[in-house]
Amino acid sequence: MKKAISYILVALAFSMTSFASPVNEHDKEGHDEKEFDVSEMIMHHVKDAHEWHLWGPEHGGTSIYLPIILKTKEGIETFSSSNLYHGELVHDGENHYYKGVGPAEGFGMFHEKIYELDEHGKLHFENGHVHGNIKPMDLSITKNVTSLFIGSFLVFIIMFSCAKFYKTNGAVAPKGIAKFMEPIILFVQDDIAKANINEKKYKKFVPFLLTIFFFIWINNLLGMIPIFPGSANLTGNISVTFFLAALTLVIILVNGNKNYWGHIFAPPGVPKLLLPIMIPIEIVGIFTKPFALMIRLFANITAGHIIILALISIIFINKNVAWGALSVPMALFISILELLVAALQAYLFAMLSALFIGAAVEEAHH
Amino acid sequence: MDLVLPDFGLLFWTGLVFCSLLFLLAKFAWKPILAAVNERGDSIAEALALAEKTREEMKSLKAENDKILKAAKVERDEILKDAKETSNSMIEAAKEKSKEEAQKIVDAARDSIRSEKAAAMAELKTHVAALSLEIAEKVVRNELSSDEKQKALANNLASDINMN
Repeated sequence: MKKAISYILVALAFSMTSFASPVNEHDKEGHDEKEFDVSEMIMHHVKDAHEWHLWGPEHGGTSIYLPIILKTKEGIETFSSSNLYHGELVHDGENHYYKGVGPAEGFGMFHEKIYELDEHGKLHFENGHVHGNIKPMDLSITKNVTSLFIGSFLVFIIMFSCAKFYKTNGAVAPKGIAKFMEPIILFVQDDIAKANINEKKYKKFVPFLLTIFFFIWINNLLGMIPIFPGSANLTGNISVTFFLAALTLVIILVNGNKNYWGHIFAPPGVPKLLLPIMIPIEIVGIFTKPFALMIRLFANITAGHIIILALISIIFINKNVAWGALSVPMALFISILELLVAALQAYLFAMLSALFIGAAVEEAHH
Repeated sequence: MDLVLPDFGLLFWTGLVFCSLLFLLAKFAWKPILAAVNERGDSIAEALALAEKTREEMKSLKAENDKILKAAKVERDEILKDAKETSNSMIEAAKEKSKEEAQKIVDAARDSIRSEKAAAMAELKTHVAALSLEIAEKVVRNELSSDEKQKALANNLASDINMN
């Protein structure tokens, strides 16, 4: 029985990292097996992609090909990403990129970035970067955007069914999903919002804090599922954390009262001579707070994904399934830890946002 | 490097989706949920306050009851005391009266006994006088039945007179 379970775990580990399989069907010339590159595999997983890889080898395996939306000078171009992934694989020295076919004609994709090909139908490289090719605005529904849709839909459905319970039953003791969510909602309202923001003003910020908490939490959890609809590293993507932190910053700046701005431009009790030093420090302070929020969430979630992938990779580095006996329990342990981190980071983001908002709307003490 | 650089496409979609989610949840989820939960919280707090108030009232009511009970007890004791006193005095009076009555009866009896006695004595005296006369008559008759006896008697009487 135990043996069977360990086989299943190893099989799961294979399916999870199978996109890192060294077999490359386009790699016709020379050796069949490339050396397994851990950092490339991990980076590939942690970053965004235009396909949702399910199983099989990296090229030619089973994937969901997501729609590509490009805004070029000529207008909006939309096509399936299979036209790129199944296009021509061009090798240009160290670099290799996909040349689009069919509707993707004229576009090339290098490391998940899409460029317009020049008049010779080529990308130009300089020090391993594309140089000279036009990069159209990429509004594609990438793996992370799809995950974002799924996660947000999930949050909405969960909360909408909670709301429906109260609508049909009135203010009674909760049952079902509402019973599970209500303590968390109350926790956010009372222990995050009310505890950090002025008693009279906290109500206005509760919806924002609730949304940010559940958005981060649910998406963190989705990222922990090794296969579709999970596995995307959404909350560990700097664009997402950047947006959330920027939104917090906007809320702080919009709601900051006289007292808040007074502490920045005329810190009380500070000698006039020190003001030229203090004011720039305070202004930098406005931005470091959300910056820390952005980095904290990004780093924690990305680190969790990297650790799990690295532990699973032990098997592939040593090319021996027996290493699964070590790496699978360790990955399991980290996965369980990541479940805690998923909730903890959501709590921290909401908590610190509430703290900063609370400081911005705080009335002067006399 | 592009791991730590925001990507415009994802940023755009995140902004769009998150803002819509915030709007939709605020309108269709947070508002009704928080309203219901807070309403329930308020009603629970109200019920608790009411229970507390009722308890206070009960306490004061109990204190009042105790006071009333105490007063009633005191009153009862007083009534009992009064009753006892009254009964005692009644018994005393009855005793006194009965004593008097008895005395009266005894006195009456004594009076009647005395008068009866006097009457009896008077009757006795009459009877005794009559008997004495009869006896004397008989004795005299006997004494005077013969001559010798008459002479003896006369002598006797004469000696008596002489002695005197």
